[in-house]
Amino acid sequence: MARTEEAVLEFLHSNEEIPDSHQFATSLGLLHGELENVIKSLHGFQLVVAQAYVSSGSPEAQLFFGVPPEGISTDELKRKLGDGIFKIGSAQARKNGWIDIGKQGVTRKTEHIEDRVKDLLNKIKNGEAVSDGDVADVKKRKLIDRQIWKGYSLTKGPKYTIKRKRVVTDLTREILLRGDWKDLEFKEYNLNAGARPLEYGCDHPLLKVREQFQNIFLQMGFAEMPTNKFVESSFWNFDALFQPQQHPARDSHDTFFLRAPSTTRQLPEDYVEKVKCVHESGGFGSKGCAILHLYIWVRLEEAEANKNVLRTHTTAVSSRMLYLLAQDSFTPKKYFSIDRVFRNEAVDRTHLASLICDRGLTLGDLKGVLRSFFARLGISKLRFKPAYNPYTEPSMEIFSYHEGLKKWVEIGNSGMFRPEMLLPMGLPEDVSVIAWIFLGFLLLNRPTMILYGIDNIRDLFGHKVDLNLIKENPICRLGMDYPKISP
Amino acid sequence: MPTVGVGRDLLFQALGKSYTQEEFDELCFEYGIELDDVTTEKAIIRKEKHLEEDAEPDGDDEEVIYKIEVPANRSDLLCLEGIARSLRIFTGAEETPKYKLSDISSKSIVTMHVKPETELIRPYVVCAVLRGVKFDLARYNSFIDLQDKLHENICRKRTLVAIGTHDLDTIEGPFTYEALQPSQINFVPLKESKSFRADELMQHYKSDKKLKKFLNIIEDSPVYPVIYDINRTVLSLPPIINGAHSAITLKTKNVFIECTATDITKAKIVLNTMVTMFSEYCERKFEVEPVKVVYANGSSQIYPDLSDYTLEVPLSYITSQVGIKMEANEVISFLKKMQLNVKQSNSGDENSITVSVPPTRSDILHACDVMEDLSIAYGFNKIPETIPATRTEGKRQPLNLFSDLIRLQVAMAGYKEVLTWVLCSCEENFSMLNRKDDGKTSVIIENPRSSEFEAVRTTLMPGLLKSVKHNMDHPRPIKIFEVGDVVFLDEEQDVGASNNRRLAALYCSNNSGYEDIHGLVERIMKIIGIPVDLTGEKKKDDHYYLQPSHKPEFLEGRQCDIIVNGRAVGTFGIVHPEVLEKFGVYPNPCSFVEMDIQCLI
Repeated sequence: MARTEEAVLEFLHSNEEIPDSHQFATSLGLLHGELENVIKSLHGFQLVVAQAYVSSGSPEAQLFFGVPPEGISTDELKRKLGDGIFKIGSAQARKNGWIDIGKQGVTRKTEHIEDRVKDLLNKIKNGEAVSDGDVADVKKRKLIDRQIWKGYSLTKGPKYTIKRKRVVTDLTREILLRGDWKDLEFKEYNLNAGARPLEYGCDHPLLKVREQFQNIFLQMGFAEMPTNKFVESSFWNFDALFQPQQHPARDSHDTFFLRAPSTTRQLPEDYVEKVKCVHESGGFGSKGCAILHLYIWVRLEEAEANKNVLRTHTTAVSSRMLYLLAQDSFTPKKYFSIDRVFRNEAVDRTHLASLICDRGLTLGDLKGVLRSFFARLGISKLRFKPAYNPYTEPSMEIFSYHEGLKKWVEIGNSGMFRPEMLLPMGLPEDVSVIAWIFLGFLLLNRPTMILYGIDNIRDLFGHKVDLNLIKENPICRLGMDYPKISP
Repeated sequence: MPTVGVGRDLLFQALGKSYTQEEFDELCFEYGIELDDVTTEKAIIRKEKHLEEDAEPDGDDEEVIYKIEVPANRSDLLCLEGIARSLRIFTGAEETPKYKLSDISSKSIVTMHVKPETELIRPYVVCAVLRGVKFDLARYNSFIDLQDKLHENICRKRTLVAIGTHDLDTIEGPFTYEALQPSQINFVPLKESKSFRADELMQHYKSDKKLKKFLNIIEDSPVYPVIYDINRTVLSLPPIINGAHSAITLKTKNVFIECTATDITKAKIVLNTMVTMFSEYCERKFEVEPVKVVYANGSSQIYPDLSDYTLEVPLSYITSQVGIKMEANEVISFLKKMQLNVKQSNSGDENSITVSVPPTRSDILHACDVMEDLSIAYGFNKIPETIPATRTEGKRQPLNLFSDLIRLQVAMAGYKEVLTWVLCSCEENFSMLNRKDDGKTSVIIENPRSSEFEAVRTTLMPGLLKSVKHNMDHPRPIKIFEVGDVVFLDEEQDVGASNNRRLAALYCSNNSGYEDIHGLVERIMKIIGIPVDLTGEKKKDDHYYLQPSHKPEFLEGRQCDIIVNGRAVGTFGIVHPEVLEKFGVYPNPCSFVEMDIQCLI
């Protein structure tokens, strides 16, 4: 192999061209196939330019030229041409009336022939027009398919050198130890081939989003609330939030009540008493849920406020935090939480809730904070709609313009907690709480969901998730564009 | 939020102005209602019958219906009349009407006598009369629709309040509100031609799509509430059905309205809503004829109560909460747009105003509600945005931060994170894991939606096994993990249950992968700062060691506990083949670890 390569390169060093690879192979005493491999390799590395052509003519022409004017014995000719060419060529050459095969050997019958087949194959190779009949004839003789008569002419290539470098695909420790890396040539990479699949672990797409939200809240000075309490009493989940006991949200078709543990044993009694008062007869400047003292707020054993539920919102945690805050001397707070909530209509859901508690907060402050928060998420077009919520007044729904849908969509809910909720806790009168929940937490990964053709959150959540979706999910870039906020 | 369907053309007629859809949408948005959908009567019917969109070609003459979503506390917006009136006042086209009771002598006042037995089932009744009402088909339909909407919303599906409306000219007072044994009540109900005994009627309605859902309100009571006129004509069997005799028609002139209730506050709101809305069509506009309700003890009450409710509101409170400076006269003109009439304070305090709330605005409970109305009238979107000066520092919950750090390390160890449901079936918690339910372990839902979600998970194992099952065609090995909360019954907690933060990881391949899970455990414990003690002495406090365990969900002899300070913080091993079978993972061996990470913080 190496000697053949050497011979080719040396020949080209002193000659312009190797006109016919078949002849060259014969001169080296090689089979053409062996030479061909060397040619292909040299061509691949651009040391030579190999031009394929139909080399020696059709079998019958080769046979004709193989017969010297004085004639030749059949065995001799077979040896010269090989069995294959002899067999196909002799029949056709005889048919063409070029030769005679007799007992004494093979003799020419004419001095000049026209190799129509070679011309035809050259035409086919060059893409010239040939008649269908001719093609059929050639095909029948299996000359196109086999291509066993293909040969090459060789000239120097752009990277011609008399002795080429050794070619390797990778740099190894062995090579470096040998120290001959300078003499090596690295095989060119195929950049259109994909990479070998990687073994790796990964975090969940939705938690990637959650992390960015946490970062945004931390940047804005919010502290995380402890939300690891899925079981909650109706008292903290509803009553403390001034949610009347006949409120539709407290219906069993919205709320999961519990068989075990069915009730809460312990509530802060004096606070419960104040909440009961504000529900029944108002106070703190309010009419209460019942205008004429006739609505009886129930809290007996096994009764409404003690009934346990799976928390329907994380505002239940907010109410506990505010109550704790009120038990001490007041300090301003900013809180957030991102965790699961449970409702009959949507079994397992993630809620994002946040609040600011301080003296003298205004509705303008709420709008300003929302503007700042959403700008960090890359949401700049906002508008606010009056709404109703039992424990906030005013209540504002947050709408954002969806460029894809070309319309305003609701993305969150916000408001100022009602005095009927805050004052019974014992918070000072001039303290306000502005709060918001963000509905689109899970949808924020929408570009990802669209990318993978996911239209249901269940595709990313729960056990039916396709692990490939988790594997191939991109990083979450939320919060990377630091917003310019101009309130 | 309730949705009300109103004809667009009738609405614009009532508003005295036509809007483009965009303009109307904008007006709704500013006022706090929402144009939810634009449709047609035929489209609604098609939808109900699930017909193809093009089953019937749309004609141009189809009436366009606006579906408008209104706030749940605004009963007055549950009909076209109320929406149109509120928007007219909001845009300044009209002043808030003065609703009043007609003068009527105590002799000619319609009376309703309440029998004490009604205490047993539905103790309250409030009534009113609308005189000289002019109905046409649209008004009549609106009148019926409003009752439906009220029943559906504030009346809590008729449990709190039920409305009956009657043609007063077909009946004769005084009326009595009684509670009788079902077998004693006989009448021809609405839409029927023959007389029914009340208990038979209940049976009859068991197959009635609309009415069957109300039957349980009184069904099991020994007595049913019923209203009679002086001739023992049954007006209604609340909260189920009215009598056919007194049914309202397009020709009805005088309407008798009764609302029976278990909640008197709601009953009064419902009655006020009915009369304030439809007195618009009375001969004397916005005038309502009162009815005297007389109790057995002789006491009596005149209904409806249309007097304004007044509220003293500090001016500075409402403007400072909105965040804008406003003069008293500005406040007054803004509040007028919201139907609130304002006077200088009765107490003579300049910084205070007296707000009088009409009977249509039962949602106003507190000064903060007035503040909201002021904000709406000013325009939520016009209020200048400010950033509060509150200075605080951001802080993570230690447990959550710890969980996130561990999650990252497990992912780095080559595991893919899944998030599974917190709710599961009881079988998944116990029997499918070969475990026995002692009834003292898991939180059980009283009203589960399906058996798939009837308990709170006590282990992360089912979620991970189910995830593997759904990813069986994934290349091996499948390595997944989850960090999340499980919940246990816990006597020491106020609510009787507590969350516990867990880490679980699962390896599934053609071999069990026990070594891989073992490696993960060692890695996690090491980075938490609790290295392994391999001496077998089990003495080092800040180390952990492994000891054989006997959990039914794992294969015996192929499992062990992770012991820290003498306490098992987790278990790992090869999942029991029977468990694999129950979760449909068989014959793919799995190894699994679950650890309490909350105790390792």
